[in-house]
Amino acid sequence: MDDLARTSPEHFFSDRFNVTPSLMERLLGASLAGRVDDADIYLEYRVNEELVLEENVVKKASRHVSQGAGVRAQAEARTGYAHTDDISLSNLEEAARQARAIADRASTSGVLAVPSRGRAHDLYTLAEPPIVAALERKLELLRKIDAAARAADPRIAQVIASLASEEIVMLIATASGWTIGDVRPLTRLNVTVIAEENGKREIGSWGGGGRVPFDFFLEDERWTRFAHEAARQAALKLRAVEAPAGTMTVVLGPGWPGILLHEAIGHGLEGDFNRKGVSAFAGRLGQKVASELVTVVDDGTIPNRRGSLNVDDEGTPTGRTVLIDNGVLTGYMQDRLNARLMKMAPTGNGRRESYAHPPMPRMTNTFMLAGQDDPEDIMRSVSNGLYAVTFGGGQVDITSGKFVFSASEAYLIENGRVTAPVKGATLVGNGPDALLRVSRVGHDLKLDEGVGTCGKDGQSVPVGVGLPTIRLDGMTVGGTQV
Amino acid sequence: MSGETVRPELLTDVLGRARARGATEADGFLIEEQHFSASVRLGQVDTVKHSREQRLSLRVFAGRASAASSTSDLSRASLERVVDEATALARVTAEDPHAGLPRPADLITTVPDLELEDRGGEELTPEAKIELARQAEAAALESDPRIANSEGAECWDRRARYVYATSHGFAHGYATTSFGLSVSPVASANGQMQRDYWYSAARHRAALDDPAAIGRTAARRALRRLGGRKVKTVDVPVVFDPDTAASLVRAIAGAASGPGLYRRASFLLDRLGKRIAAPTVTIVDDGLIPRALGSRPFDGEGLATRSTVVVGEGVLESYLLDSYSARKLGLRSTHHASRDGAGVGVSTTNLILQAGPTPPEELIRSVKSGLYVTELIGFGVNGVTGDYSRGAVGLWIEDGELTYPVEEVTVAGNLLEMFGAIEGIGNDLRLRDRTVSPTLLVGRMVVAGN
Repeated sequence: MDDLARTSPEHFFSDRFNVTPSLMERLLGASLAGRVDDADIYLEYRVNEELVLEENVVKKASRHVSQGAGVRAQAEARTGYAHTDDISLSNLEEAARQARAIADRASTSGVLAVPSRGRAHDLYTLAEPPIVAALERKLELLRKIDAAARAADPRIAQVIASLASEEIVMLIATASGWTIGDVRPLTRLNVTVIAEENGKREIGSWGGGGRVPFDFFLEDERWTRFAHEAARQAALKLRAVEAPAGTMTVVLGPGWPGILLHEAIGHGLEGDFNRKGVSAFAGRLGQKVASELVTVVDDGTIPNRRGSLNVDDEGTPTGRTVLIDNGVLTGYMQDRLNARLMKMAPTGNGRRESYAHPPMPRMTNTFMLAGQDDPEDIMRSVSNGLYAVTFGGGQVDITSGKFVFSASEAYLIENGRVTAPVKGATLVGNGPDALLRVSRVGHDLKLDEGVGTCGKDGQSVPVGVGLPTIRLDGMTVGGTQV
Repeated sequence: MSGETVRPELLTDVLGRARARGATEADGFLIEEQHFSASVRLGQVDTVKHSREQRLSLRVFAGRASAASSTSDLSRASLERVVDEATALARVTAEDPHAGLPRPADLITTVPDLELEDRGGEELTPEAKIELARQAEAAALESDPRIANSEGAECWDRRARYVYATSHGFAHGYATTSFGLSVSPVASANGQMQRDYWYSAARHRAALDDPAAIGRTAARRALRRLGGRKVKTVDVPVVFDPDTAASLVRAIAGAASGPGLYRRASFLLDRLGKRIAAPTVTIVDDGLIPRALGSRPFDGEGLATRSTVVVGEGVLESYLLDSYSARKLGLRSTHHASRDGAGVGVSTTNLILQAGPTPPEELIRSVKSGLYVTELIGFGVNGVTGDYSRGAVGLWIEDGELTYPVEEVTVAGNLLEMFGAIEGIGNDLRLRDRTVSPTLLVGRMVVAGN
């Protein structure tokens, strides 16, 4: 467990693989420079550990190491990408040759890449990264969670507690002579329970984490809250009524319901879809796409958050991009390729799942800024509707703009009061008009607990979302109660 | 990868070292693969990707305690570390009376040749793949002036070799190839854009559909979505096209899988031998179909693949089990173990809801007023209760005819009730992916819209 970078990424890769920044630069220069518009070499070393406690005992313990290099060459809109899991000079040369082959197929545009510059942030330097924390302490925590969840409710029949820890060391060299590295810790604790009563079973789940040390879970007894929340979710569903179906007013609680922003507008504002003109938001910069109460940002610079990065996976420092400013569309999220082709600046949103994948524009932490309203007042303003506080996943069709997300904890609102819990219901809407329906914004902005993973084109990356309490008028709720 | 050989001795050495380190038994998987893809957008090359990967996954047992470890670094030092880590981790996991490898006598002895590797002819050059993608996209773009944009077309192939070995001396392997071609055109009219896609995938290159046909199908699918609108919230019959119907079959398989069952987290718990679907419904998992995408000669624990009737005439005949979940449930493995780096799970092979007698047009004709579903989005399926609510796209059926396109609606119900209410099964089954179904008519579901 002590095999990770406690030195800089530059030293890590040169000590371990004899691949130095100057060698990477030479490779880029020799193989790629002058014949392409942009090129980079990305080195990655990753260790994952997963511990799973089930039926009161540690059932699963696993540890995985992956390493590799991805070489990319770009000319105009074309990308050649080759990767290898054997980091050696000869393999890197071969990968560079393959990546260039595509870029050589036609003359280049002569538009040079925007050079990556600026300082990397320092958002998650940890005294003790989660991957190196003592195994016995981790196992002890999982056992305590099991006991806490069972003690929370006698109907809890099954507890699955899992702790995943990861550390990535990356180093990127770009054709513009910029080499930068990052060491990225990440951890996530998850509690899933099954509650049983009179032959009825329900599932409840809660979790959290971030680029934080293992002790994060012990602070303020965070782990107890996760266990209790999971138990509460499952018990609540045992008495949930059928969800309503049809159009109604929906109040979203603070925090994780920010997944609405991720699906309704976030993906549609990624540079690639807009460059290609296939997003429902293409060509709409400067237009009103949301209520004037709405300001949405994507911010990769919040310390210790799951979606944060010191630099993105192309070496560009992350930033805070205002996507919607008081209802007006103001920005897209860009990687280097799409920024270059759209003649915009890269925003630090070029991300990749691993060395085996070329970067794409992706979100980091996407949230709506707080408004003025008291959340209690917002609730009281609704005579009949749905109050949704926790969600499962969501999905969007960026071209038609239609999106869905599934509530896992929701209640009926009757005469301004929260009443019966309802079974899982899917909310469906249209991205370009969903945020026009926002009629109240609370002052209680909250970021999520740190569990989000976003999938796009087969690549998964950790992300964050956030939301204050908001009221949406005329949303479609997909229940079974007509 | 032609001409190269996998190195089973790499794996057997690792297993030997695990034994030397105190493991009572161990097994492992070695995967080597090579992947190439070329995508084209609006006739121009977009992205070309090439990769070569290998991974060794190890599982060790210390008595009845186990742990897993894996690495993509097959150097000697790294492999030694993998063994040391796994044996160290196994010491901290708890004894589990149900843990352990299958009995050596139960393992496959002769590996059948399921023709999963295309050994014929020259490999497709990158230029040839680019050309196939170009042809497929061009056919979509040329089929209608309203197809003016595209997310592109992609042609890919993958060659992989697997070796599975145990510390009892078992070591067998097999090789596969796969080929795919997909197109995502964008249709637009009256300020609205709609994207759809179509694809073909096969173990043998010659079995891929004609590129132009794929392109035209993708275009037709995108075009028929133009002008989509919401409908009023209503309780109606719903017809699922073969692809969306297949997703329902996957949900049944998920609930029939061992890990969810022994955790009591499945709506199919205690339903073995009971009716869970209309009597016309038979679902078979057949992993021995030559050249099929889901076929494999043996499962992730070295047990011979077979054909399993999961649902027979509406009755749940079998769960889908690996050795561990089988022992937990007091049953026998159904040879459905799958492997990933983290250990052993359950996966299906070729999962097929068998064809019925009715042409799909006739199923649609039988509906007075209802929804024909062509795409489902979102994650609203609760595997514990079977509660179901997903976003849907499709066409409205009025007096037995497909009329206008529908979007921004949900379809909701409960999977057990939905399978119980299957009133018609199409005769349009085609084994074009790992999980397939013909068109299905579900008697009643709630469609939520305005």
